[in-house]
Amino acid sequence: MTTVYVSRDSSALSLGAEAVARAIAGRGARVVRTGSRGMFWLEPLVEVETPQGRIAYGPVTPAEVPALLDGKLQHLCLGPTEEIPYLKKQERLTFARVGLVDPLSVEDYAANGGWLGLNRARAMEPAAIVQAVIDSGLRGRGGAGFPTGIKWKTVLNAAADQKYIVCNADEGDSGTFSDRMLMEGDPFVLIEGMAIAGLAVGATKGYIYVRSEYPYAEATLIQAIGLSRRHLGQFELEVRRGAGAYICGEETSLLESLEGKRGQVRFKPPLPAVAGLFGKPTVINNVISLASVPLILDRGPDFYKNYGMGRSRGTLPFQLAGNIKRGGLVERAFGMTLRELLYDYGGGSASGRPIRAVQVGGPLGAYLPESQFDTPLDYEAFAAIGAMLGHGGIVAFDDTVDMAKMARYAMEFCAIESCGKCTPCRIGSTRGVEVVDKIIRNEEREKNITLLRDLSDTMLHGSLCALGGLTPYPVLSALNHFEEDFHAV
Amino acid sequence: MHSNSYGAEVAAAIARQKDKPGALLPLLHDIQDRLGYVPPDALPAIARALNLSRAEVHGVVSFYHHFRSTRPGRHVLRICRAEACQAMGADELLSHVESSLKAKTGETSKDGRFTLEAVYCLGNCACSPAVMIDNDLHGRVTPQRFDELVK
Repeated sequence: MTTVYVSRDSSALSLGAEAVARAIAGRGARVVRTGSRGMFWLEPLVEVETPQGRIAYGPVTPAEVPALLDGKLQHLCLGPTEEIPYLKKQERLTFARVGLVDPLSVEDYAANGGWLGLNRARAMEPAAIVQAVIDSGLRGRGGAGFPTGIKWKTVLNAAADQKYIVCNADEGDSGTFSDRMLMEGDPFVLIEGMAIAGLAVGATKGYIYVRSEYPYAEATLIQAIGLSRRHLGQFELEVRRGAGAYICGEETSLLESLEGKRGQVRFKPPLPAVAGLFGKPTVINNVISLASVPLILDRGPDFYKNYGMGRSRGTLPFQLAGNIKRGGLVERAFGMTLRELLYDYGGGSASGRPIRAVQVGGPLGAYLPESQFDTPLDYEAFAAIGAMLGHGGIVAFDDTVDMAKMARYAMEFCAIESCGKCTPCRIGSTRGVEVVDKIIRNEEREKNITLLRDLSDTMLHGSLCALGGLTPYPVLSALNHFEEDFHAV
Repeated sequence: MHSNSYGAEVAAAIARQKDKPGALLPLLHDIQDRLGYVPPDALPAIARALNLSRAEVHGVVSFYHHFRSTRPGRHVLRICRAEACQAMGADELLSHVESSLKAKTGETSKDGRFTLEAVYCLGNCACSPAVMIDNDLHGRVTPQRFDELVK
């Protein structure tokens, strides 16, 4: 019987993968549901098992399934999946299994390198596990880039009767979906990473806080936790659902939310590593950070560290989104340029018009003009041009974009999502929308541009967290690089 | 305690969730998953069960965009308004949806079929614009595709 692989990733499902899988099963083939390979312009992608390996076809409609199974769909044949240049040129470490395996098969996971890191960690002293993570150079993949191992060390050294591991799966940045893809495509690696973190710092309880916009990821995680119990020993894991507040991606807000409160940012200190969830020492890390740990333990810190550049070690799963011809997930070591990503992988805009602006790092990331496309994708190189890599989301816009409108939107988004605790963010964002409106209407233009810069400065330096503190990035970068859009119509 | 029809549902949800650490969000989700919203007159019972004030419970319900205080239409239609979707025509899609449902964002269509909500990112940013109908995600939703989806 022919074995055929079809993704169950939400993006693939959003393009009709379910109907395609049903049509294939209806014709008697064995269908294995996998995560997505992350080549979304080809979804629904169908891979047929052959003696030469998996052969990819896509995008496939249910009506084309009979032809596919009769070997008559040559015009959609993409050859061996692994040879598709988009995939072949990647360095898939954290995403090694995503798209390849059945995400809910413990056997598949074990047969493809699963649980090796955890087994190794079991034989190590907690301090040695923490040291391995420090040595790997892994930095928080949620966006802040803080060294993961240092966080762990603080929690290890804190004395307490109870400690927690919290996974931040509140992936709210527009243009990002790597957490979602990983949770849907290889949930066991996240679970394994959290169990290792538990061993490293002496925590026996973990929470995964998943946003409510990700129902498939939530369901997948709940099933995967049930299936992996016997591997977890003392470590207990629970999924908690967020409730549509962007601010809960900020770690202290997330902890408040887990405690059943309004997701309002906490003052720091104390750091969550000292007094986190329910006042106890807490490791709080992003999905990709935790999912990178099993490999580091299994292959050793040097293996991971040998990827990347400068102080940005390892790989980052970049996400190509928005107006881009070949949108998807590209896991590569730090250091390639934005231009490579946009054109070699992305193939330029989806509309065929020139790419005019690119927002990197989510709604709080700067808009970059074409003149900055040669910046290497590295935390420090981006910081040096007043931008940030964040969680690796890249949103492309063609030349029909109105950058004054995008600047206004950045302020509007901040006003909608502000937790309200600090004044620069709560009030500054609303005043920001008004000032941008005045500039667009050409009302005392010079005065209002000065005011906008002044307000941005206050938000940048006076806000309690990154929401108010970074909203000026997209606003000012739009104004600095695309001032022509701020003229009155 | 509850003379209304959902009283039993609320009481059952309270019994299921109240002993969890930080039980309020799981409890509110449990209620909204079953009823489609969190009825304001369920708040006193929730507050009592969790040893909170009504103001604290109201504060949480009103803080989170996900929780509704009024009964939604038969389906909830969430349209992404974030940057990646804007880059692919989300604003035009939203105008089309509002005019074809004759309902603004936050409103329910007259026939009670759809409640329209804005959402900021559904994680489908490589397949923009994105729409979620109840728990089903849809990608590359042009106005034409939208019309087919809701036909």
